[in-house]
Amino acid sequence: MLKTTDFTRLLLLSVLLWVCSPLQAEQQSATLTQAAPLFQEASFDKTREAVDLLAASGDPEAVPYLQALLDGKLYQDKAQGTLVIAKDGNTGDELRKIPTNNSLRKYVRGAIGQLSLSHPDAAVRLTSANGLLETVTPEMAGQLRDLLEKETDSAVKEALSLGLAMADLNAADKAVRLTAIESLAGNLHPGVRNRLTTMTTDIDAEVAKAAQAALKTIEDTAALYGHVETLFFGLSLGSVLVLAAIGLAITFGVMGVINMAHGELIMLGAYTTYIVQQLMPNFIDYSLFVAVPAAFIVSGLMGILIERTVIRHLYGRPLETLLATFGISLILQQLVRTVISPQNVPVSNPSWMSGSLEINSVLSLTYNRLYIVLFCLMVFALLYFVLRKTNLGLQVRAVSQNRAMARAMGVRSARVDALTFGLGSGVAGVAGVALSQLTNVGPNLGQAYIIDSFMVVVFGGVGNLWGTLVAGLSLGVVNKVLEPWAGAVLAKILVLVFIILFIQKRPRGLFPQKGRAAGD
Amino acid sequence: MFITRILQNDRGGQIMLAVLALVLVLVPVLNLLVPAGSPLHMPTYLVTLLGKYLTYALLAVAVDLVWGYLGILSLGHGAFFALGGYAMGMYLMRQIGDRGVYGNPELPDFMVFLNWKELPWFWYGFDMFWFAMLMVLLVPGLLAFVFGWLAFRSRVTGVYLSIITQALTYALLLAFFRNEMGFGGNNGLTDFKDILGFSLQADGTRMTLFVLSGLALAGGYLLCRYIINSKLGRVVVAIRDAESRTRFVGYRVEHYKVWVFTVSAMLAGIAGALYVPQVGIINPGEFSPLNSIEIVIWVAIGGRATLYGAVLGAILVNYAKTVFTGLMPESWIFMLGALFVLVTLYLPQGLAGLVKNLKENRWWHKFSRRAQT
Repeated sequence: MLKTTDFTRLLLLSVLLWVCSPLQAEQQSATLTQAAPLFQEASFDKTREAVDLLAASGDPEAVPYLQALLDGKLYQDKAQGTLVIAKDGNTGDELRKIPTNNSLRKYVRGAIGQLSLSHPDAAVRLTSANGLLETVTPEMAGQLRDLLEKETDSAVKEALSLGLAMADLNAADKAVRLTAIESLAGNLHPGVRNRLTTMTTDIDAEVAKAAQAALKTIEDTAALYGHVETLFFGLSLGSVLVLAAIGLAITFGVMGVINMAHGELIMLGAYTTYIVQQLMPNFIDYSLFVAVPAAFIVSGLMGILIERTVIRHLYGRPLETLLATFGISLILQQLVRTVISPQNVPVSNPSWMSGSLEINSVLSLTYNRLYIVLFCLMVFALLYFVLRKTNLGLQVRAVSQNRAMARAMGVRSARVDALTFGLGSGVAGVAGVALSQLTNVGPNLGQAYIIDSFMVVVFGGVGNLWGTLVAGLSLGVVNKVLEPWAGAVLAKILVLVFIILFIQKRPRGLFPQKGRAAGD
Repeated sequence: MFITRILQNDRGGQIMLAVLALVLVLVPVLNLLVPAGSPLHMPTYLVTLLGKYLTYALLAVAVDLVWGYLGILSLGHGAFFALGGYAMGMYLMRQIGDRGVYGNPELPDFMVFLNWKELPWFWYGFDMFWFAMLMVLLVPGLLAFVFGWLAFRSRVTGVYLSIITQALTYALLLAFFRNEMGFGGNNGLTDFKDILGFSLQADGTRMTLFVLSGLALAGGYLLCRYIINSKLGRVVVAIRDAESRTRFVGYRVEHYKVWVFTVSAMLAGIAGALYVPQVGIINPGEFSPLNSIEIVIWVAIGGRATLYGAVLGAILVNYAKTVFTGLMPESWIFMLGALFVLVTLYLPQGLAGLVKNLKENRWWHKFSRRAQT
């Protein structure tokens, strides 16, 4: 009985043999031996015949030879007639180079494509099927049909049927052409669009019309995906806004405190990311998992410090709080400038953040944006949970609704204030970690977001987390929708003007508080 | 007479205006009459610096009018200041004529640079001084009127109002940074040559601008004081203290608010128009929210709802700024930040309030009496 180890060894050996054999040019397969004499004739027509023979055989071993022919590295032993792939310096007198020309090379490329289409590995088949789309000729239609019948892998099948339709576009039969056009409608492959565009000027009016119709469908589909992409961009921008604003929604909305230093708490979070990455330069991929809690703690503690030293004395005087916290924001900014650097600092992206998720040839979602959206929803859910389901959340809501009554029920309102402020500030720090992955990290990072954050909170309605979420996401989307025709800056101005006008209409935001919680 | 009646019961104002009058007389004498070698001679750059402070003081008075008496914390008054400045800047730009780098008699340099062929419509008329001066008043006034009308009518108050005024100036900042707006983009308007035919570099022109700034400050102060002393002023203060009650008594609160807000914006515009020829540049940086909020701290330090406190605060803070940015540039921001915190925590009435407290407590009397016994 064979043990598994023996079996693997055997397998390895066979693979090794398979890999080595063409190079050694000793044990060539039957098709290669069959084709060899045709190469010997030294005429392009005969070579072409030989290539046809190889292509028709479906023998995967022929591929490296054809590739060598293409690269001008295929030689033939003058005496024995065997084919040899030249390695460097292996061109002695006994070998003869097999000549090629342009048209032959093109032919060989097609043949390689066909051969790879019957390769046992589905991935190789898929690549070659996709490569085929550029060079497909009507003559290949029959063969493609055969392959399509045999094919089992769905991705390859799809690519093949696309190739078949492309091949049929040039078919002699008009009906075939029309069916092909019809089947291509809505397909987003760039090659398809080019081919159909050339076909709109076809001499046959019916074909031209069909091509136009198909092209229209394609453009509509592309436009649809374009909208999806804009929506996605908008949602990711909106998520950034929500992240930046949600901490403010707590301090401003729940506690009624205007914290102008909120932006700087975000900035502190971003700088925490930078410092964490400096401390663990070999583990950048994991740095964010450390940075998120670290930033929460740094910003949260800073928030508690601000609350205990300054804001505590200013409850009930919102305008004064605004001024004092503005002073704090100036101090924090200058502190970062003096201690770290007035310049932007580099924060690297972990490798799992780069790249993109390709849905089809016109729509691909970059991972960092995707993660931002997910992260935002996660933070929101967590915060919602804390405020709704925990003891702290209950106390926070009690104090924000009726401070005196909450105190009478035994809630230590001063402690709740400090913790609430710490929570809001900590969330700002977490937002800073997210922002560090998207924008430059510098002392002015916070300033850029403070006005936007206020806009989101005010637009959504103060004291309402859901309002913040909806407002942030919708502002992000509106911004991105306006951007293509207005430009980035003008879009931003328009959004600002819109909010200014909106507040005039609904001074309490989208989702105003009702009843006693509304206060005045 | 008229002025004395306005200044009745306003000891601070009387002192402030007296000092201002003294400065307005002394500075020209020290600058123009005292020869350059003398230790008493006042260099022209100092005159311009003082002139700049005076325009800031006027701006602070405008902010104090709405914040101190109307209870509106505007974080957007820098925008009205800058708009007045831009209107003046446009006039000065047109006065350059063909002396610009590109020598185009019609178009300012930046338009030639952007390859524009003709003057945008909103630049028409700015070659005439009277028209530009009209715009100095009208543009900030109109913006304040429309904005105030929308905001006050829908009863946007308190913090919300502060934040949307900040959004307003932020939106304008972004807008003026755009080259397509036709106001010089990032660089703004600069390289001015002369005003009404007088060279801006000449000592005489600078002195005139300084004196005009002083007179504008005095005029603005008297106007604000007059408004506050009038019957309308009483209603304004009532609105600040109990808005709903005033409304129920039967006053159209939003009309008062819009009116005072517009007057204040116009004053800010005048301050901006006087500021620009003295510093020689106006750029979108003036719209930055930081600038607007700095004005508020001048008023807070001087003492809100006193008017003269605003003048005092503006001059003191800006003097400190000049000194400290010269000595240790890094420290100024720290100090400004600390000022914001400390003044709001420990000096809610500002310096004016401190003086008043000292006088009322007469702690030095008590102290001296205790020392005697």
